[in-house]
Amino acid sequence: MIEAPDLSLAALAPLLFVFGAACIGVLVEAFGPREYRHPVQVAVALLGTVGAFVSTLRLAGTREITAGGALAVDGAALFLQATIAGLGALSLLLFAERSLDPARSAFVTSAAVPVGSPRDRELATSEQVQTEVYPLASFAIGGMMLFVASNDLLIMFVALEVLSLPLYLISGMARRRRLLSQEAAVKYFLLGAFASAFFLYGLALVYGATGSVRLRDIRAAAVADGTDVLLVLGLALLVVGLLFKASVAPFHSWTPDVYQGAPTPVTAFMAACTKVAAFGAILRLLYVAFGTSEWTWRPLIYGIAIVSMVVGAVLGLTQTDLKRMLAYSSIAHAGFLLTGVIGLQADGGGSGLAATMFYLLAYGLTTIGAFAVLTLVRDGDGEAGHLSQWAGLASRSPLTAAVMALFLLALAGIPLTAGFTGKFAVFRAAIESGAWPLAVVALLASAVAAFFYLRVIVLMYFSQPAADGPTVGVPGLPTVIVLAITATTTLALGIVPGAVLDLADRAAIFVG
Amino acid sequence: MTLTYYLVLAAILFTIGAVGVLVRRNAIVVFMCVELMLNSVNLTLVTFARATGTLDGQIMAFFVMVVAAAEVVVGLAIIMSIYRTRRSASVDDVNLLKY
Repeated sequence: MIEAPDLSLAALAPLLFVFGAACIGVLVEAFGPREYRHPVQVAVALLGTVGAFVSTLRLAGTREITAGGALAVDGAALFLQATIAGLGALSLLLFAERSLDPARSAFVTSAAVPVGSPRDRELATSEQVQTEVYPLASFAIGGMMLFVASNDLLIMFVALEVLSLPLYLISGMARRRRLLSQEAAVKYFLLGAFASAFFLYGLALVYGATGSVRLRDIRAAAVADGTDVLLVLGLALLVVGLLFKASVAPFHSWTPDVYQGAPTPVTAFMAACTKVAAFGAILRLLYVAFGTSEWTWRPLIYGIAIVSMVVGAVLGLTQTDLKRMLAYSSIAHAGFLLTGVIGLQADGGGSGLAATMFYLLAYGLTTIGAFAVLTLVRDGDGEAGHLSQWAGLASRSPLTAAVMALFLLALAGIPLTAGFTGKFAVFRAAIESGAWPLAVVALLASAVAAFFYLRVIVLMYFSQPAADGPTVGVPGLPTVIVLAITATTTLALGIVPGAVLDLADRAAIFVG
Repeated sequence: MTLTYYLVLAAILFTIGAVGVLVRRNAIVVFMCVELMLNSVNLTLVTFARATGTLDGQIMAFFVMVVAAAEVVVGLAIIMSIYRTRRSASVDDVNLLKY
């Protein structure tokens, strides 16, 4: 007689909302009449994410291990799930924007039609939109929310694939510059599959060393013998797989290409939500499973944090494309986030977990805002991403330039923005745990990175606009909502961060 | 019969796959090398299941197969779409995005 595992549906409500919305989306795609599909799909996907967001808030305070021990619904999981659901809803709004592109959508009408074929040219001006991106994005959001709550390496692997596979597809579905977009999809797919094979081999070795893939059993085995070769090797391979997803240098080579090639709303989604999910899983793995053998991984993460900050900041200086520049900025921010990971002490004490979670929220909101502004500035061939095209933007559209300047200042970590509060929190956590040299490197890297953000601001405000420069599109309601929310929260988290910092602090609990 | 042989074989297969991903130029072959890595993991899992006397490893191997199948569907679709445009599946030709 096989007993069914205990399943607390209440604690799984956030996941059920998103996966339910994704499944309904597939059915709508199959059976819904074409002319109503777009509004219905947007509504279903938004209901799923907003429902998940609300149900995480209602679950606040829950500390429970459910689904036969495979899922941990604790403070950290719920905070990160709420972050992912919220940022996911904002990204879905960017997906749904229909007034910027003359062809009414950022996504290709039919991804299967070869680029440059007569049919492709015919469809290029067609106002038909395909809506498969909404269920795909819902599945990705669901995978991310599962990823941060997984208490079992196998569930973590399945969640990793559930979040990655839809992302590979939607990054190849840009309406304009389709070759670049398809190329981004191929690169992301091949490197992503390569990285998940490493994660999987790590899983197998850890299973061999401990006889289990439950994080708690791994912890018990690590206490008994923390220097077992199989265990340490497995840990290293698992971490490589996760750092790849978090786009940490030296596992970052896909990031600039994929960020540049993917449709901008998808880039915003990847930059914000994937990072939250990957760091949630890294924190859980390192502290729940390997918290007692921290001296095997701490020096490694320490070094990788420095490499990532330096690579992101220095290579960011040389970029001439804004999307690529923001990609290198995301690599540098991954390094800053790792300083927060270092700041968490083995017993779960210290402010590292709360600081990292706050940083993820602040960075996600600011990044989505910055990419949303990028979708507004356009020339005849879609978005104008080259730096030179942004010269003198302030004289053309003062409001757009001001909002972009706010997001760039927040990414640079200037006081009174969310970025400053986040950086302050992670650096303080690192110093408290004795890693002050890391904090010094992080400060220097922030100074270098600030240069390339400020360069864009100088360009927007103090250069003469080119005669045939890009135009600033008039955004529809979805983009306006996204920009309003992200700009307000970026300021609010910088000026009055107390409430959210407290919330992150109270949520900073792992059960396992 | 010692189980170490199986583990060593799996490690060799995994390494061949990883090196293949790094040196081969055809996207399909690169993808096959990834599949080789996943299958070497399956061999490792099944061996460890035998070694530890638990069934978990064998069940995980099924999970890996299902995920690998899903990955094939998505991956071949992406490679097909780019092949139809460029008439080539070489990853060296995929070079519009750089620096």
